[in-house]
Parts: sequence; structure tokens; C-alpha cells
Amino acid sequence: MSLGNVFDIAAMGMSVQTIRLNTTASNMANAETSASSEAEAYKALRPVFVSSNEKNAANGSLNGSSPADFGVMVREIVESQAPVNKAYEPNNPQANEEGYVFYSNVNSIEEMADMISASRSFQMNVEMMNTTKSMMQRLLSMGQ
Amino acid sequence: MTAINFANALGVHERALHLRTERSAVLANNLANSETPGYKARDFDFRAALQAAKSDKNAMNMSRTHKGHIISTAKGQGASVELSYRVPLQASIDGNTVDAQMESAAFARNALEFGSSFRFLNGRFASLGKAISGN
Repeated sequence: MSLGNVFDIAAMGMSVQTIRLNTTASNMANAETSASSEAEAYKALRPVFVSSNEKNAANGSLNGSSPADFGVMVREIVESQAPVNKAYEPNNPQANEEGYVFYSNVNSIEEMADMISASRSFQMNVEMMNTTKSMMQRLLSMGQ
Repeated sequence: MTAINFANALGVHERALHLRTERSAVLANNLANSETPGYKARDFDFRAALQAAKSDKNAMNMSRTHKGHIISTAKGQGASVELSYRVPLQASIDGNTVDAQMESAAFARNALEFGSSFRFLNGRFASLGKAISGN
């Protein structure tokens, strides 16, 4: 364990928040995407985070743990199970036999809130990295 | 009568600085996992860990396999730190017990305490320097 690990952890934190921002961007861009069936309709994407030290948590000790045992990563990206929006638009070229088109299940308000939350978490990790940087710079001035 | 010895001259501050570094990594890990479902925030008891590090004087001793080997007097840098789980103020619905504000505050405080440990340690080096140069 050293201060260098904090950089790794903060970098992993920033990386997962970036993935979260990416999925939000994709969801927002596809908010009005239509399809001709429920299965083809765009579903909102959500990353699922997992702590990378889950396997190390059992013994509860820092000793002998490698930096890879600490941090956070994305386990998978899941599709939202919310119902898709169905609209009656018989003139739409994508309409099915009954005249329905299927819009994505993206909730723009939810996505905006998620985006702000991801952005704040990203800032928190940057702050953490800055603090650690100043700690390391102090260490370098030891004995001067 | 012992001669000038780093272990005696630096006192507890060397180990305190090391433990502060470890604690910053543990708190950083909590902050990075502030939105991981089911993650349990962890920390360690600094006082207990420092006591353990102080009493564990021989943890880093190298084994002497020849009578000509010099006896190592390095004190326990590798003393084990027992992590425990934080009791959350407010339970979260996804099982995550990280309170980002509390952890940020603890991280900032730990960084400041690292700074004070560093100053003490640096002061010891300055005193050693004075003792050596004699003015």
C-alpha cells in the first residue's frame, strides 16, 4: 500500500464515471429513436459497478494485497426494464401493421439527474487525486 | 548508551506517516466505490494500528543466516492493519454504506494529519542535521 495506489483507485473511479457519462450520452441521443417493434426499440443503458476488492474483503486485511485488489470497475451494462413508449402513428414509415411505432424507454429527466451525479462523482475523484498529488509532493521535499 | 539511530531519532512519526498513507488508500477506495451497489465502507482504528505498529518492533527484521550478517533494527513497517466496516448513519436502499460527505471529510482530515506527521518527521531530520553539523 502506498500513495501510488490512491492514484490507481482515483483513476478507476474516474474511468467508471466516464463510462456512466457515456451511457447517459447514448441514452439522451437515442431518447427519440423509434423502431417498428418492442424488441427493436432502444432501451436505456445502465452500467453496474462492482468493487474490485470483493474477493479480498473476506480476509479483511491489507497485507499482501496488490493494487488490483482495490478500486472499482464496471461489471456489466444492463438495459433498462422500463416499458417502451408506444405511439399510434400510421403515417410513420416505421409503423407496424397496426400503425404503431415504438419509442425508447429513456426518461430524459432521470438521465439528466444521473449525468449530474456522475459528473460530481468524477469531480470527487479528481479532488482525491489532487490531494494525493500534494501529499506526494510534500514527501519529495523531505529533509530539505 | 546508543549512538544516533534512525529508529530512535524518528520516533513514532515514521510509522504514523506510513499508516496515514495506508488510510488514504482505504478512504480513496471508499470514495471510488461511493456508487457501487452493496459496497461496505471500510476504515481502520488509527490509534490501535499505531499501537500495534509500535509494539511490533521486529516485524521487518531480516533473518540472519550467517554470523557475519548485520542485525537489522528496522521497526515494523509491515505491521498488519485490520480493516473494519463503518456503521452507516443512514442505510441506503442498494446496500451501499459509503457516505460520500463523511468520507471526503475523513480523507481531507487524513491528508492534513499526514501533513502534520510529515512536519514532525521533517523536524526530526532537521535536528539530526544540526547534531551532525554541530552548529
